Amino acid sequence: MLKIKDLHASVEDKAILRGINLEVKPGEVHAIMGPNGSGKSTLASVIAGKEEYEVDKGEISLNGEDIEELSAEERAHKGIFLSFQYPVEIPGVSVTNFMKTAINETRKAKGLEDMPANEMLKMIREKAELLEIDRKFLSRSLNEGFSGGEKKRNEIFQMAMLEPKLAILDETDSGLDIDALRIVANGVNKLKSKDNAVVVITHYQRLLDYIVPDFVHVLHNGRIVKSGPKELAHELEAKGYDWIKDEVGA
Amino acid sequence: MDLKEKLVSSFMAFENSIDVDTPIHDVRSEAIKVFENKGFPSKRDEAWKYTSLNSVLKHNYSVFPKQENVLDYKEVKKYFIHDIDTYKIIFIDGKYSSHLSQTTHDGMDVCLMSSALSKPKYRLVIENYFNKAATKDSLSSLNTAFSQEGAYINIPKNKIVQKPIQIIHFSTGNESAQMLQPRNLIVVGENSHVQIIERHQSLTDNAVLTNSVTEIFANKRAIIDYYKIQNDKQTASLIDNTFIKQKRESHVSVHTFSFGGQLTRNNLNFYQEGERIDSTLKGVTIIGDKQHVDHNTLVHHIEPNCESHQDYKGIFADKATGVFNGKVLVEKEAQKTDAFQANNNILLSDKASINTKPQLEIFADDVKCSHGCTIGQLDDSAMFYMRSRGIPEKEAKALLMFAFSNNVLDSVKIPEIKQRITKIIANKLGVNIGFDL
Repeated sequence: MLKIKDLHASVEDKAILRGINLEVKPGEVHAIMGPNGSGKSTLASVIAGKEEYEVDKGEISLNGEDIEELSAEERAHKGIFLSFQYPVEIPGVSVTNFMKTAINETRKAKGLEDMPANEMLKMIREKAELLEIDRKFLSRSLNEGFSGGEKKRNEIFQMAMLEPKLAILDETDSGLDIDALRIVANGVNKLKSKDNAVVVITHYQRLLDYIVPDFVHVLHNGRIVKSGPKELAHELEAKGYDWIKDEVGA
Repeated sequence: MDLKEKLVSSFMAFENSIDVDTPIHDVRSEAIKVFENKGFPSKRDEAWKYTSLNSVLKHNYSVFPKQENVLDYKEVKKYFIHDIDTYKIIFIDGKYSSHLSQTTHDGMDVCLMSSALSKPKYRLVIENYFNKAATKDSLSSLNTAFSQEGAYINIPKNKIVQKPIQIIHFSTGNESAQMLQPRNLIVVGENSHVQIIERHQSLTDNAVLTNSVTEIFANKRAIIDYYKIQNDKQTASLIDNTFIKQKRESHVSVHTFSFGGQLTRNNLNFYQEGERIDSTLKGVTIIGDKQHVDHNTLVHHIEPNCESHQDYKGIFADKATGVFNGKVLVEKEAQKTDAFQANNNILLSDKASINTKPQLEIFADDVKCSHGCTIGQLDDSAMFYMRSRGIPEKEAKALLMFAFSNNVLDSVKIPEIKQRITKIIANKLGVNIGFDL
């Protein structure tokens, strides 16, 4: 599904990714772990198409199609979803209206008619229930005044609405208490299927107890320096990141 | 001959064409002298520092309509708020169009300024109210000198006017350049409530200059909601002079939506002549190309315990320019005044500009006055967030701009107007999305 080959990326001439190789197949869950500043969030933003990041070298493809030249919205239309580490507050736009616009613009891009209003409402109701989101919450301005947990739950609610092929969860566990973490993880697990894939970016192993990865990759200094099965996450949790640094001689 | 000379010399002919034996003959004569003395304002005048009339005044305007024109309702229906029942006072090239209008004398007067000025039964009202709120500045004086036609609305006390009143001025472009000077007088009695929509619309690309004066009197506990829709062609310019006198406990709101026109100047003046008055001034300006919109507001707090709320949002693209000059004057007696003023702007291009100037003059010592102005760009992180959800760049921009204007739109009390404004904004931004936020 997602293939990344020798990806180098920089922001304002500062190299951040220095040769990433990653392949994610349908039905898989990958975890990307690593210390602060290793390039985890940059990788997420580059895949989602943030323009501030310059791809200097390498390839990113989705289902065999090169997506490097595509805009963020075009990538979204192709099924890429990024759950933001820091969801942006947009005063004046309600959660419901934002979702309606996002879904209908995605349908428009695929040559489909707008989703009928009753169908949309039904879908919103179902997905809100899945994430245990109160209906009142949906008429509030997007992320404005939301608690950390509400913001993250709202991200996964959007993921549930958009039904992406590839979901990248950037530090979705940060700012969540244990109950919210369970709700969010439960939501993600319910959305998982053999046709889609999830990339979980996290600093800690905590979330991975709930969303169990098939593969764990350790990112350090803009490169994946170690990959392994889910047990690698436990090892990192127990030993910290220093031993990896020593191992790769960085 | 420049426009000033032309106007001054036309005044005699104008006076000859109408009955000089009216109560306002002297008022007119006095007014033309003021205009002759002061002339058109220039950038040397502090209040016109950022707005030059030069390019607008250079046309050879005809100052009186030469012929009566007729418009088919179907041709102009789209400029009406047509999905609700309304009273209509419609003018074509400055002349009243009975065909397009729907006036009334049933328990109130929703009719014409020309009849109010000429018929004896209105004499007392004219003597009491005509030119009693307008200032003696040169442009208002010019309008006073030539004032003959416009809307006359007189609502007696204890009356809730069920239907909004639309005042629309069409210009057909039969003249290569035309100057219009509508004059509106609106008197609303105690405890009465009225909603008014005003629009100026040119139908061709010929130049139009409108110098309009509207005087509004809100008596005790009256409620007036006034909506100005400014979405004219880019060959049309408007100088809108509106003066509002409020008595005790009255509530008056004016919403100004400025999307069109070459040059638009809104002189909006509120005078609070009683206690516990509420004045609301709100505006959304979205312009591009070389358009110019200037909001010049005054709220004069004269008595204690009154409130005023000003909230103006501006979005400027291309080489568009904007001005906001908001003056709040609080007299020594006006204790416990609560005056709020905000002016927020987004510049979408390096060549667009806004001059914003809050001006607070406070002589009372126990008041709450606040003001704030901001100038910024669209938030990049918000843009990426929206685009990453599949909303294309243009639509994402539109949604952000719409959200930015939304708290002004939120206070529009007539849903059909809100819908219409929303549609105009969507058209203006070139998007087709529902903004039912």
